[in-house]
Amino acid sequence: MAVIEAEGLVKVYRSRKSDVRALDGVDLDVQEGTVLGLLGPNGAGKTTAVRVLTTLLRADEGRATIAGLDVARDAQAVRRLIGLSGQYAAIDENLTGRENLWMFGRLYQLGTHDAKERATELLTRFDLEKAADRVAKTYSGGMRRRLDLAAALIGRPKLLFLDEPTTGLDPRSRLGMWDVIRTQVREGATLLLTTQYLEEADALADEIAVVDQGKIIARGTADELKTQVGGERIEVVVHDRDLLERAAQLIAPDGSASIDEHTRRLTVAAEGGAQQLVDVVLRLGEEQIRVDDVGLRRPTLDDVFLALTGHAAETAPESEETAAPTTAEGESA
Amino acid sequence: MNSLRIAVADGIVISWRNLKRVPRIPELAIFAILQSIMFVLLFAFVFGGAIPLPGGGSYREFLMPGIFVQTLAFASVTTAIAVADDMTKGLIDRFRSLPMARSAVLSGRTFADIVYNIGLLIVLMLTGLVIGWRVHSGVLDFIYGVLLLLFFTYAMAWIGVFLGLSVPTVEVAQQLGFLVIFPITFLSNAFVPIETLPAALQPIAEWNPISALTGAARELFGNPNPFASNSFPGEHPIFMSIVWTIALLAVFMPLAIRKYRAIDR
Ligand SMILES: Nc1ncnc2c1ncn2[C@@H]1O[C@H](COP(=O)(O)OP(=O)(O)OP(=O)(O)O)[C@@H](O)[C@H]1O
Ligand SMILES: [Mg+2]
Repeated sequence: MAVIEAEGLVKVYRSRKSDVRALDGVDLDVQEGTVLGLLGPNGAGKTTAVRVLTTLLRADEGRATIAGLDVARDAQAVRRLIGLSGQYAAIDENLTGRENLWMFGRLYQLGTHDAKERATELLTRFDLEKAADRVAKTYSGGMRRRLDLAAALIGRPKLLFLDEPTTGLDPRSRLGMWDVIRTQVREGATLLLTTQYLEEADALADEIAVVDQGKIIARGTADELKTQVGGERIEVVVHDRDLLERAAQLIAPDGSASIDEHTRRLTVAAEGGAQQLVDVVLRLGEEQIRVDDVGLRRPTLDDVFLALTGHAAETAPESEETAAPTTAEGESA
Repeated sequence: MNSLRIAVADGIVISWRNLKRVPRIPELAIFAILQSIMFVLLFAFVFGGAIPLPGGGSYREFLMPGIFVQTLAFASVTTAIAVADDMTKGLIDRFRSLPMARSAVLSGRTFADIVYNIGLLIVLMLTGLVIGWRVHSGVLDFIYGVLLLLFFTYAMAWIGVFLGLSVPTVEVAQQLGFLVIFPITFLSNAFVPIETLPAALQPIAEWNPISALTGAARELFGNPNPFASNSFPGEHPIFMSIVWTIALLAVFMPLAIRKYRAIDR
């Protein structure tokens, strides 16, 4: 059964200067107990979609339901089912971690004793025990993020919305966050998460929806998407710019290599994996073409975009980025 | 009724968290108090000697009710700043994503402001007592006066909420607040008798809600109250302050609530 469903969502931010069509007809469905990853570059509309689904923002057109409840008409009932961790940690900086969780628990309508116990439990689970009685102002970015996620879990929601849960985390904290998220899913939660990293969607999501300019441009499992993109790629940086064309011919006789003149970089899909890399290196060696760098790499979000849209995943001009809360900068746990 | 119980319980939680802010950022309250004390010192000891009171009486006793009203009016800026801060930090969004009573964010906010302002008022009255301010009326009149001031505070809190929800950043809330509150407190009888003001400004000062409240407090506390001329507001400050407070509430409470409901646009 689809517990999250959306049909034709449109949201236009209007301002004096220009209108931004942040959602341009988004259809979504997430089956119970599964994880959907919304993957997209800056300004794609991920946050807007999450805000509509979590009752924070009213869509201009289309409808969305959570467990059959309309997010606009039955907003209060929807809120009883969901937990939200937004893109920027939304915690009270002047309360301690424990007080924050207690407060959100109370407002989730837990009894005061229940809220206290739940707070302690989550502080332990998120490795915040030591900092539990310090005001959140003193927390690092990673700690804020964890506290924010704990707040989202306070009422044991069946449905979780996580907007870029690992942006700004160091690699170790990111893995820790992945663990926490996986635990939630194992315990039966349905999850919608947004991310800018294919790797993250790959690691966590059952299904991925690629968002670009307010539209879902592709959907599938990570493997399906990667096949569309063509799996791994071989990258070669040629030392001598004059030999770029020649090298491109060698590594891909069918002319499929993309050439970046400026960085002298050649990229070609590598269905043959490591063996194909060896072949390429040998061929270049035979012709005595000097290379500065050569390697095999996995497809990135950029490749997905290039393959799906024909344009690179350019970042939309982000006017609100600079006005965003300061909690996003320089974070590390 | 269950929903009423939830509304009250949630409102208390929100009030609690707003009041926690006071000891956690003591500078806020301390600066509010220092600013008022500075005004007391400035007017009582620097300008006070040069300000004649028609009908006589102690200038310091005349001054203190004005200081009370001015401080309580400024408290609305504090409210606006806190609300704007909650908006930009995403806290309001978090509250809105929870199954809590919708009214609680604003009712909790404004209730906390009353509690905070009671604290401010107590400190100011103690300061007044130190420099020679006294209450010369009965207990009932005194309580009546204090209640009028708090009722006014409540209206000011709603103005603060409305401002806080309307501005894009905390800094704008701060500047806008001062831009509004400073002129209206100075264009009143809070620090000087109205007849010492330029003739053209006197009608404005007479009809100013700050003047009404200050006049009402002076009357109810038994302090010198030389309200200029025979104007209607000058003769009925208590009536006028009730009318003003109700009018401000009637305008700004619905405005603030509407603004809050429209956040999801
Ligand atoms: N409150 C707003 N007012 C005006 N425009 C907005 C507002 N919020 C978002 N936008 C615009 O809507 C578009 C989609 O924004 P959204 O925040 O949904 O993107 P996103 O995919 O979450 O991006 P990011 O990865 O940077 O978080 C962007 O072009 C953005 O500038
Ligand atoms: Mg976003």
